[in-house]
Amino acid sequence: METVPRPGKGVPLKKDKLQAKRKKPRRYWEEETAPTAAGASPGPPRKKKKNLELRRQKLKNAHNSKKSWSSKKSQVTKKSREQRRPREQKNLREQKKPGSQQSLSGAQDPFPGPAPVPVQKARKFCRIDKSKKLPHSLPKTQSKLEVAEALEEEISIKAARSELLLAEEPGFLEGDDGEDTAKIRQADIVEAVDIASAAKHFDLNLRQFGPYRLDYSRTGRHMTFAGRRGHVAALDWVTKKLMCEINVMEAVRDIRFLHSEALLAVAQNRWLHIYDNQGIELHCVRRCDRVTRLEFLPFHFLLTTASETGFLTYLDVSVGKIVAALNARAGRLNVMAQNPYNAVIHLGHSNGTVSLWSPSVQEPLAKILCHRGGVQAVAVDSTGTYMATSGLDHQLKVFDLRGTYQPLSARTLPLGAGHLAFSQRGLLAAGMGDVVNIWTGQGKATLPALERPYLTHRLAGPVHGLQFCPFEDVLGVGHSGGITSMLVPGAAEPNFDGLESNPYRSRKQRQEWEVKALLEKVPAELICLNPRALAEVDVISLEQRKKERMERLGYDPEAKAPFQPKPKRKGRSSTGSMVKRKKKVLEQEHRDKVRQSLEEQQKQQKQQKAKPTGVQPSALDRFVR
Amino acid sequence: MKVKMLSRNPDNYVRETKLDLQRVPRNYDPTLHPFEVPREYIRALNATKLERVFAKPFLASLDGHRDGVNCLAKHPKSLATVLSGACDGEVKIWNLTNRKCIRTIQAHEGFVRGICTRFCGTSFFTVGDDKTVKQWKMDGPSYGEVEEPLHTILGKTVYTGIDHHWKDPAFATCGQQVDIWDEQRTNPICSMTWGFDSINSVKFNPIETFILGSCASDRNIVLYDMRQATPLKKVILDMRTNTICWNPMEAFIFTAANEDYNLYTFDMRALDTPVKVHMDHVSAVLDVDYCPTGKEFVSASFDKSIRIFPVNKSRSREVYHTKRMQHVICVRWTADSKYIMCGSDEMNIRLWKANASEKLGVLASRERAAQDYNQKLKEKFQHHPQIKRIARHRHLPKSIYSQIQEQRIMREARRRKELNRRKHSKPGSVPVVEERKKHVVAVVK
Repeated sequence: METVPRPGKGVPLKKDKLQAKRKKPRRYWEEETAPTAAGASPGPPRKKKKNLELRRQKLKNAHNSKKSWSSKKSQVTKKSREQRRPREQKNLREQKKPGSQQSLSGAQDPFPGPAPVPVQKARKFCRIDKSKKLPHSLPKTQSKLEVAEALEEEISIKAARSELLLAEEPGFLEGDDGEDTAKIRQADIVEAVDIASAAKHFDLNLRQFGPYRLDYSRTGRHMTFAGRRGHVAALDWVTKKLMCEINVMEAVRDIRFLHSEALLAVAQNRWLHIYDNQGIELHCVRRCDRVTRLEFLPFHFLLTTASETGFLTYLDVSVGKIVAALNARAGRLNVMAQNPYNAVIHLGHSNGTVSLWSPSVQEPLAKILCHRGGVQAVAVDSTGTYMATSGLDHQLKVFDLRGTYQPLSARTLPLGAGHLAFSQRGLLAAGMGDVVNIWTGQGKATLPALERPYLTHRLAGPVHGLQFCPFEDVLGVGHSGGITSMLVPGAAEPNFDGLESNPYRSRKQRQEWEVKALLEKVPAELICLNPRALAEVDVISLEQRKKERMERLGYDPEAKAPFQPKPKRKGRSSTGSMVKRKKKVLEQEHRDKVRQSLEEQQKQQKQQKAKPTGVQPSALDRFVR
Repeated sequence: MKVKMLSRNPDNYVRETKLDLQRVPRNYDPTLHPFEVPREYIRALNATKLERVFAKPFLASLDGHRDGVNCLAKHPKSLATVLSGACDGEVKIWNLTNRKCIRTIQAHEGFVRGICTRFCGTSFFTVGDDKTVKQWKMDGPSYGEVEEPLHTILGKTVYTGIDHHWKDPAFATCGQQVDIWDEQRTNPICSMTWGFDSINSVKFNPIETFILGSCASDRNIVLYDMRQATPLKKVILDMRTNTICWNPMEAFIFTAANEDYNLYTFDMRALDTPVKVHMDHVSAVLDVDYCPTGKEFVSASFDKSIRIFPVNKSRSREVYHTKRMQHVICVRWTADSKYIMCGSDEMNIRLWKANASEKLGVLASRERAAQDYNQKLKEKFQHHPQIKRIARHRHLPKSIYSQIQEQRIMREARRRKELNRRKHSKPGSVPVVEERKKHVVAVVK
């Protein structure tokens, strides 16, 4: 498909365009030959003809460049393994009839066809990994897989196109030339923004009941907080309407909303208690005792508790059963975070490791040595790509969670961060003493650059809880002096999905959502490192089954039948020649097999040679068996 | 300093009045929709369970016959009309909408062996044990008129089956031989035989309308061309074929219902191996009929059940049975591909849904969308063991269930024996024979 004019022709085209601009525009009632006949530029007729030709080409080019999206899309398709035939045919058809875009009045649609989709955007929605090869399969299955892949790609393009319809833009904070955004105080921001946003910054002075932990509901509309000395409250923080305020008369270690704002779990000194939004105690879960940290996995309806006794317990709140109680064997657990991408629980330990847990496995899925001292805080970003940890060695590190578990960036903080939190758009907040620092990266869900903070803020007391509010540019900080709601422009995802978590949902909508969410509760057994594993082909068990079938049948049902030469026309194929042909094919196959195995052997040998021999060979090696 | 905070106007997100629909903004960003695959899997699991919950295929039983129902015929023009012939010579015409018999004719003495409608839907033909072929008007006699056939042809031998040409005024009967008749004449245009045996059924090809197939009790299926005087070719199987049915979408494909509990789908052009062997019944298959889409067919069996097979699968996707249904003799798929009728020994015609869990009636657009979505999900996750197990589970009467077990043991023993024989003989001397090739004895041209 020709789309872009070649650079060699670009210059004369431009010249020609200028000439055309000077000319009087042709009206649709005028004949096409008229302007060339009355052309201002005198010259030999041959040249004129060429000029006309160029003009035509230019028109064609213009037409093509207007449809540059289609060319871009064709680039996309070129990358895919299988070319989508129908679309190509459509493009061809469009090329054949360039006049079809023109309306009766002669006016052209300035934006013909569907809106262009940048490849980068489409990639965000792409579910298939192009780099992976399709598993070897029968031709029928292969074609089915290819069709499914093509469909997936089309869907991703459609989804990317629908991004145009999103109503809200994310917030931002930019300093003037040379101005450091970290120097901007909250008061400045409050002054600069509109009243509705300014109202989101507030301080609750609650000095009496000690350092506070806090949590936002999934819609970002409600907030709950609990002081160490037993003060528990829940409120609609946007309207500042208090839902309940109680004192549980016991030390409170942590607090969490369950799936909706109607239920909250409170880790008290002895046991885990569940209250409703009126402050009425609904349950006292005695199986979870001395809980230090709480996490709630909203799609699995699992309340995860880490306890002083070193147990990690998964409580299914929809049926009230304990799904799993895992002994981490690492002493007191007081650092916990969930990975929102795959619902794996990250525990930080005092020996500097972070272990990854799933309820279906008794052992940790992975253990990462992160710090020299104990781990103080862990946070995982919403795409499940980065994990930020801070330790007693005053280091703040960001790890890659995509298989390598290597630190991507690290920096030393003067005090070390006691609390960490990631926002929806990938901002990293750290609470160090009574200071909160926030770092940002380039764009959404990118690695935060730890060199310079994006914002800093000093609080009335040491930080005890940090949480970004979903769908609002707000960071909630619990400290010994109460609660502070900070403004952090650009922290939250601006466009929510009404069917997932809608901050403006009515009671009826919430009830309906609750039923739907319960119906599609994901069982705890499905928690694993790769949440898409369920959609992939289980090659291992497939091969195992094939092997078993072969054993049962006594032969390979899918094996290629041995070559049987077809008899040629009358009298042309003697038995001898048939045998010869058969032998030839057999030998060829044999040779191929031998060659392949030789190549494999050589490859293996090369790999072995390339392996470094680690330590120096010693004389005692000869005794090693 | 330039600053912008996220500030939403609630008016854009909340409905204005209570009469409006709620506003639901969407954002398809994958980070806002985590656990896509596990959640879809759970939805698919729920959809599969619901499908089983709503699987209530039995719609109605049409009773009124005083003897076993021997043959059924569809009306070519009216979806609601069905004709049935019984073993006592009675023919009934039914209206499926109000599930009532609208007309009863004492057509023959003895069995009604075959019944077929004319392509225009104005009349129908019956053959019976009294060696006659009768043509009847579809509409009942007017007041004062006597119920009598339009034409009656007296033959020399018993006719066992009849089928009408799909376009021309010609029909074919079978018995001792296959006769092709012109509607206007009392003698057959031509009679074709191949061997000396009684022929059970004859069927015209709906696409290549001059081709017809018959099956005889000497285990063969014979194909004829109406335009020439001799049969085309025949295939001899292990056991007798009871009836055949042509695929209404693919001209050269037909399916044969065999006494050896299997059905065989043949390609007319290559009869030496069937395209597919369909095995699931545990007794002789008595009748088969194609869905108008040509993708599936239904078979009736002596084991008191009917099964639905996809054309390209060797196992059935559905089995229907009731406590009271006895040996099913005839079965038909209605022309709108939504229902199945079967006539059985205990004098009833039963009406079933072709898709057991389908909701009848008009669907709201949201309901339809939800159904389509669920269907797609079921398709996507159909190979997962849990979903496969639920989707495949059927309750079977004990007699069928135990017979299946028994036959499985027998098949296993046979396979083991063959395996042992192959193991202990010279390599290559006991070849592996495909299941498809086991049942065809010979093809004769």
